[in-house]
Amino acid sequence: MSSEHFKYPVFGQVDYFKYNNVASQLASHTPSPSHSQELGAKKRTVDPIVTGTSVIAIKYNGGVVMGADTLLSYGSLARFNNIERMKKFGKSTIIGAGGEYSDFQNLSQVLDDLVVDDGCTDDGTTLSTTEIWNYIARVMYNRRNKGDPYWNSLVVIGHDNNKSFLGKVDLVGTCYQDNFIASGYGSHIALPLLRKAYKEDMTLDEAKTLIQDCLRVLFYRDARSSRFIQLSIANADGLVITEQIALDTDKWDSGDSAKKKKNQDGRKKKNNYRNDSTQVILEYGHNVV
Amino acid sequence: MTSVGSGYDLSVSTYSPDGKIFQIEYASKAVENSGTVVAIRCKDGVVMGVEKILPSKMLCHGSNRRLHSIDLHIGIGIAGFLADARQLVNRARSEAKQYKSVYGQPIPIKVLAQRIASYNHVHTLYGSVRPFGCSITIAGIDSTGPQLFMIEPSGSCLGYYGTSMGKGKQAVKNELEKINFTEITAAEAVKTIAKIIYSVHDGDKDKDFELELSWITRESKIHQLVPKEIHDNAEAFAKQALEEANLI
Repeated sequence: MSSEHFKYPVFGQVDYFKYNNVASQLASHTPSPSHSQELGAKKRTVDPIVTGTSVIAIKYNGGVVMGADTLLSYGSLARFNNIERMKKFGKSTIIGAGGEYSDFQNLSQVLDDLVVDDGCTDDGTTLSTTEIWNYIARVMYNRRNKGDPYWNSLVVIGHDNNKSFLGKVDLVGTCYQDNFIASGYGSHIALPLLRKAYKEDMTLDEAKTLIQDCLRVLFYRDARSSRFIQLSIANADGLVITEQIALDTDKWDSGDSAKKKKNQDGRKKKNNYRNDSTQVILEYGHNVV
Repeated sequence: MTSVGSGYDLSVSTYSPDGKIFQIEYASKAVENSGTVVAIRCKDGVVMGVEKILPSKMLCHGSNRRLHSIDLHIGIGIAGFLADARQLVNRARSEAKQYKSVYGQPIPIKVLAQRIASYNHVHTLYGSVRPFGCSITIAGIDSTGPQLFMIEPSGSCLGYYGTSMGKGKQAVKNELEKINFTEITAAEAVKTIAKIIYSVHDGDKDKDFELELSWITRESKIHQLVPKEIHDNAEAFAKQALEEANLI
């Protein structure tokens, strides 16, 4: 796959680091192992291998909710079905990760060390969510400048001093805060839905429902997603990451009522389309909300 | 001291004819001048207490800490030169971090203690360095339960049920021998340590002191300073016990 096929940059397929050029030059010579002189012994993440997909989060009245499915894909293969993609850091922060999972694990270790160091200082303060978000933004931007990025998009939520925080950092170091954030495929599919459905001062239940609706639509549209999800909540009571939740997507029988069935007298029954929530969900992107 | 002027005390790389390395003994002297440190390994945790002698009345409360956290599950108590010990504390923190990144689990207390002891020991081998002028106690909880180690300037590293370092070392040891270590709880040990430290403090020779207490319990598995309320209670208990003893 060479980058000349692309007339315009396509996210995830841009050859940022000229990997393909180097590879094609190599191919014209004798095949050589990846640690060959030409390529250099340095290794970098030029392609994510085991990946998680979208993360979605919204602020509500009194906290922040975040949701992500528990699937890790190996290319297009649904490889690991039950992996948490959201992790607690310190007393007030949860980070949800999409992209290369091993990069996230590595970053997690860095952050865990940071939290322990901060605890050892024992100066009566703890790392706030804003500080952690800013720190990873610095790390991500640094790594991108080295041409060896952590291949993740990270959604950071937290609640300290009665203030909610919701921010995002991606693999090139772009960082921002917002009232609702969707990463990965969700930034294409779920963000428009969120823009329509978001309102200030939502209740926790409303926020949870909205996130689940978004993840459900993503399950229908994103081939790298799963219907098994987790929600995490940051509010004044602390941090919660829920057990796995199975989204109610078993609606494929909704067309059954439209099938032509024979009545007892042998005559064909009239079509009877069900008008239930299924259709609402399926048409989510078009008119409802 | 017989060693002074003999010429055998100039370097840590020279033995005296009767088999001593005087620089190590001098380092131990530095420890003996320090405020007393007491540590007790209980059935449900480890408690450490320090008699922190205040060289000036103008020091802020809580400065010059002698009890430090190394990782979530480990703490260190210091007797001797604070600056030397801080070097060991930094070393211990990086050892703990390195172990976690390699093996993916918290460092066992024994492993940490032995690594710090080795670090101490290499400072007794070369003429270009001097031994650390401090002893430390390492307290923590790992998969084998509560653990307590003491490391001396020589690099010796031994596990204890109860131990002490510094000025009042001998008097404290007499007190510690009365304790039933298989029965005592961390909550009781906090009071005991406060009482012992108040009783061995020599008010005539030394100026004021600040009591520092830290613990790690099976309940939280996190090393931290003893919460203020429990600390104050223990201190009040110690003062009262001291007064009663003086009346008799």
